[in-house]
Amino acid sequence: MTVQELPGAGAPHRVTPPPAWRPRMEAAPLLPDPEPYRVLGTPAAEELDPALMRRYYAELVRGRRYNAQATALTRQGRLAVYPSTVGQEAAEIAAALVLEEQDWLFPSYRDTLAAVARGLDPVQALTLLRGDWHTGYDPREHRIAPLCTPLATQLPHAVGLAHAARLRGDAVVALAMVGDGGTSEGDFHEALNFAAVWQAPVVFLVQNNGFAISVPLAKQTAAPTLAHKAVGYGMPGRLVDGNDVAAMHEVLTEAVKRARTGGGPTLIEAVTYRMEAHTNADDATRYRTDAEVEAWKAHDPVQLLERELTARGILDEEGIREARDAAEAMAADLRERMNADPVTDPMDLFAHVYAEQTGRLREQAAMLRAELEAEGE
Amino acid sequence: MTTVAAKPATMAQALTRAMRDAMAEDPTVHVMGEDVGALGGVFRITDGLVKEFGEDRVTDTPLAEAGILGTAVGMAMYGLRPVVEMQFDAFAYPAFEQLLSHVAKMRNRTRGKMPLPITIRVPYGGGIGGVEHHCDSSEAYYTATPGLTVVTPATVEDAYGLLRESIASDDPVVFLEPKRLYWSKSQWSPEAPAAVPGIGKALVRRAGTSATLITYGPSLPVCLEAAEAAREEGWDLEVVDLRSLVPFDEETVVASVRRTGRAVVVHEAGGFGGPGAEVAARVSERCFHHLEAPVLRVTGFDIPYPPPMLEKHHLPGVERILDAVARLQWEN
Repeated sequence: MTVQELPGAGAPHRVTPPPAWRPRMEAAPLLPDPEPYRVLGTPAAEELDPALMRRYYAELVRGRRYNAQATALTRQGRLAVYPSTVGQEAAEIAAALVLEEQDWLFPSYRDTLAAVARGLDPVQALTLLRGDWHTGYDPREHRIAPLCTPLATQLPHAVGLAHAARLRGDAVVALAMVGDGGTSEGDFHEALNFAAVWQAPVVFLVQNNGFAISVPLAKQTAAPTLAHKAVGYGMPGRLVDGNDVAAMHEVLTEAVKRARTGGGPTLIEAVTYRMEAHTNADDATRYRTDAEVEAWKAHDPVQLLERELTARGILDEEGIREARDAAEAMAADLRERMNADPVTDPMDLFAHVYAEQTGRLREQAAMLRAELEAEGE
Repeated sequence: MTTVAAKPATMAQALTRAMRDAMAEDPTVHVMGEDVGALGGVFRITDGLVKEFGEDRVTDTPLAEAGILGTAVGMAMYGLRPVVEMQFDAFAYPAFEQLLSHVAKMRNRTRGKMPLPITIRVPYGGGIGGVEHHCDSSEAYYTATPGLTVVTPATVEDAYGLLRESIASDDPVVFLEPKRLYWSKSQWSPEAPAAVPGIGKALVRRAGTSATLITYGPSLPVCLEAAEAAREEGWDLEVVDLRSLVPFDEETVVASVRRTGRAVVVHEAGGFGGPGAEVAARVSERCFHHLEAPVLRVTGFDIPYPPPMLEKHHLPGVERILDAVARLQWEN
């Protein structure tokens, strides 16, 4: 049977849709700019707040030192693993600093630095990676969700929490962090869709650092940018230079304000680069060239800010030295405390599975206790 | 409070009433899922709730199970008590990463700092002529996941009592609703519901002396029918309703089997790695010297759930249970 022989052949292929069938909004205002937004090195930098930028500088230097110290701790066997954010410090720190006290941060496994910049004790932040427990802090106390290892699964949590806060009349914003690879996960889609439908006060921050372990962005998505994905959900998408801390601060602040004032969610793509390997277990030379890494070194987030601030007379040699000294002090303290063997309690295995232990767990706990006592004898 | 005399009520009505009462008492209880609002759910279990409590508390979500459960996690993190509906057993599978990686583990990950009081209602099991993906007995996936409480009522009274307790629990509860019992009835008073034992307690539904049938959910009425039929064969069967798969009330089961000396575990889910395997193992470990015969299992076959015209061959029925009981006449 050919198409012409089908019943109804000859009728128009396209019927006029009824009036209700039309797009609900104009697409154009949602589209991100074609180039990442930048402030440093542009005339807009004249407007920078010197005090804020000095603070950012100190945090960036501290963040860089934190990354170096944590990586060193993996070599000493003090950390099981550390996913470095060298090169990504601007995005990590801006994400933490734009939030108010009542807001919530939803970090991925790579975002230890954001948690530390929000004020979490570095040792508590490293508990997961050291291996003495999964989460070393009380999420409610710090309003930082547990570092999330499965990709993008913390994004719907951020949406639900922000939605719940709004239902209760609290001006709370949730900022959720995810990598470029995480945008391919189903939970990314579902979180963005729920957030837009509910107009939840959430900011999604994608750190596009070029690779999902070894897979480059070109093999991850066919979208023009990751920020473009926002359009399909009905939320603004912003493309920003993730190494430009002033641009990150501005774009994140605007998105947080939109969320807090009832304007709904925003998707931000921070274009950055992971200067080190995925973790200490990864061999980055297998999938990228030294030349590529070298090119990104010239666009280092710490150097970008330092050059801008010194050129504008906002930062001098003494300011730089002060920042470095403070970072060294942090590193020395971290090193010293991480060199102490963590104390673990085997009975913790059974303590937090249910509010009330089941009979089975009581039996197993008794078995372990007996084993421990036998060992102790 | 005016007491309304007991009259015939369905399990569906008792479940609705449980959510209604929980929401009226506790403003942090929220109901969410696909179609739970204006439609009242495809089984009408949330019927009328949106009218009474509004869309902020009874929310029709986008059609996405991982999103439904994932956002419920965030809501619970902020102090709400979400009651999530997964429309059918097999529809819950997209939410399994949220369930296994987050819902079941959040208390543990945070050393008890962040328990998640989420109730996940899952209509489950066969016997309603549903097509593919609408009749799975998925309980083994849940019972194999530490951190989840797994409950399944078989009576109207339990539907109300166990759902109220699940919603009040500070731990996540997978609340398995045997959908073929939704329209089963009992004399029941919604204004003064009979108190029932809590989660983690099994009940002897029928006392007997010659063997114990251990079952739950949709297979309870089948076992009670089998017990009646067995009287003609001279068998006086005891029937234990587990009610709660996790925690599992070993003591009630073990006490019954020690009295009767014989046991058959009955459920719709496949036998291999099913809850019956666990029950049979525990009974063997703890009742070995009381047993007159091996512990037998009557379960669904180890197959994907069959098409509706074949499901009667798959589901454990009275005959298959009686055959097993006959095999308990183990001698030497």
